[in-house]
Amino acid sequence: MTDSDVVPEQAAAAFGVTHHENVIGTPKILSDGGPETIRFIDQDGHRIRNEVNLPYDKYVDALTEEDGRRLYRDMALIRRFDAEGTALQRQGELGLWPGLLGQEAAQVGIGRAMRPQDYAFPSYREHGVAWCRDVDPVNLLGMFRGVNNGGWDPNEKNFHLYTIVIGNQALHAVGYAMGVQRDGAVGTGDPDRDTAVVTFFGDGATSQGDINESFVFAAVNQSPIVFFCQNNQWAISEPNERQTRIPLYQRARGFGFPGVRVDGNDVLATYAVSMHALDEARSGQGPFLIEAYTYRMGAHTTSDDPTKYRDSAELDIWRERDPLLRLKSFLLSLHETEQAFFDEVDREADELAARIRTACQEMPDPPHSQMFDRVYVEPHAGLEKERDEFVAYQAGFEGEGN
Amino acid sequence: MTTTASSTGTRLTLAKGITAGLRRAMENDPKVLVMGEDVGRLGGVFRVTEGLQKDFGEDRVIDTPLAESGIVGTAIGLALRGYRPVVEIQFDGFVYPAFDHITSQVAKMYARSLGHVTLPMVIRIPCGGGIGAVEHHSESNESYFLHSAGLRVVACSNAEDSYWMIQQAVATDDPVIFFEPKRRYHDKMVVDTSASAAPRGLYEAVVARPGEHVTVACYGPMVKTCLQAAEAAGQEGTSIEVVDLRGLNPLDTETLFASVRKTGRLVVVHEASQFLGFGAEISAQVTQECFYHLEAPVLRVTGYSTPYPASKLEELFLPDLDRVLDGVDRALAY
Repeated sequence: MTDSDVVPEQAAAAFGVTHHENVIGTPKILSDGGPETIRFIDQDGHRIRNEVNLPYDKYVDALTEEDGRRLYRDMALIRRFDAEGTALQRQGELGLWPGLLGQEAAQVGIGRAMRPQDYAFPSYREHGVAWCRDVDPVNLLGMFRGVNNGGWDPNEKNFHLYTIVIGNQALHAVGYAMGVQRDGAVGTGDPDRDTAVVTFFGDGATSQGDINESFVFAAVNQSPIVFFCQNNQWAISEPNERQTRIPLYQRARGFGFPGVRVDGNDVLATYAVSMHALDEARSGQGPFLIEAYTYRMGAHTTSDDPTKYRDSAELDIWRERDPLLRLKSFLLSLHETEQAFFDEVDREADELAARIRTACQEMPDPPHSQMFDRVYVEPHAGLEKERDEFVAYQAGFEGEGN
Repeated sequence: MTTTASSTGTRLTLAKGITAGLRRAMENDPKVLVMGEDVGRLGGVFRVTEGLQKDFGEDRVIDTPLAESGIVGTAIGLALRGYRPVVEIQFDGFVYPAFDHITSQVAKMYARSLGHVTLPMVIRIPCGGGIGAVEHHSESNESYFLHSAGLRVVACSNAEDSYWMIQQAVATDDPVIFFEPKRRYHDKMVVDTSASAAPRGLYEAVVARPGEHVTVACYGPMVKTCLQAAEAAGQEGTSIEVVDLRGLNPLDTETLFASVRKTGRLVVVHEASQFLGFGAEISAQVTQECFYHLEAPVLRVTGYSTPYPASKLEELFLPDLDRVLDGVDRALAY
């Protein structure tokens, strides 16, 4: 069925219903992921204990309520940052912004499960992971403002540059993980040495050859890598049904490593499953695929108009599965967290937004030399000649029009 | 190694020059890795990596899955982790699945990271035709890589160069596309492999045969053809200067322009198709910089602008001695 066939009645019927398995031909986008989905908090904020999440229980049980508040704070600040990114684009300060609205729990869960020595290879929407890696969010704006093409030092926080060509980063991540193996930084039992690599991609990317090749290379090398697929249901205008006939997490089995589906809007679940997968990778058990079942609540980017291809009823359903609301309900149910905490986070978010806005507006245009200076590490006479011609040409305008 | 020591050096084929050069690079730097299809146990389909896995182990000489995008993509990751991968693409025509990574990532990583990240990797590509191969095994695709800023591109033409150039390429902090003329793999020469032998710069062009009347610029597999043409022409009184370009990007314009200013005539020879082949760039640069020295327009003797033909036709497609001499005659006729 097409998207326009999704009527509110169907949407309501699908909401909250436990499906057996997603079957092609039904509105999968409205499902909550099916019975195999690992979930710790239900939509009303209640803790779930069942067979599916039992193997990951210990990671959630180890969390304090303070940890829960920290996760909430991360998600709230990132949401505010993301909203500011969209606003800055609308006001002409950024050329483009890829929003992460709705995917905060997916990103913060794994972001907070990673250790300092672990390495992240993002696509271009991983603002929440960057936040958890302590990358200054201002850095993320540069490429969308057109002052650079990334530009931060990936090795400072072990967070690689955003990668726009869909799927490329997964192979880079696997190669990096192969390097980790050669450095003997896996399976030593030393928690500060053993290293996992995480690569991020979406449901659309799973159709790319690079993702499939990265699965092959990781599997045959038993590399310490976690493939983190944020299935946000939409690859611009194309729903999951245009990419796959089976749930994405099941693809891992064909390549020879474990794969699970986790509720991407439940931060406790994404955290717990990520902790497990990262432990497996660091200890030498090889690759692991996590499909974080979530929803892109906004447009693909600020250039996109989702009203052209999806029904607003769908958005209404996923709005009720909002990752922040869910964790907030859970925290409130524990009785130790008071409204004052949420007020304080809101205040902090406003501060962050103001800082981002100012930093973005004050971001200087790059010097002309940036174009020529770092094309090659070593001298290149031909390019230097072109640069000299450029400089001489530009110098001809000096003093004009001032 | 199938080499014979002599008083002045070691007799090596072009292929074994690379083997020996790789071996030395791996001995000198434990971060140097070799990876590709069949490069380990088999030693590569051309045996260029023969014996390396036995001596350096499976972690350093990696038999990869059969996926070129995967090979180059993972090599990027290894380089990001601090390794210096040397990737073997099995045949020229199989590099295209990796083209995305080479042009989108390898070429641009240093620039897009504002200098924070380097990718010191070498991508070896056996290139060119003339071996009667089936489709996709005889291509000369250097223009694609020459047109991608951020890559360095070199082509070796003999064993001495293959031995030294591969070591220099591995030591380079920029990514290098390393073209190997597969039909010259078995050509032998005596190479001084001693540490004291000072190699030429990696991108330095060399006057392979001095001459007076016309310059012939070439690289890779065509150097031998052009030297043979020069020998034949010499017997008839025409003095051809053969310039082996070696470095294609960067191009050693100094050596090339000096030769053209001396002879006043230039014929560029390559196997690759003419339209937008490297000859076009050379022609433009020489016309601009040597205009008042030129006695004739720059001419090109190249493969035709067709898909590489079936092997029964390849002799007609590829420049040979007679076509080079025809080009020389036309240049001299102006």
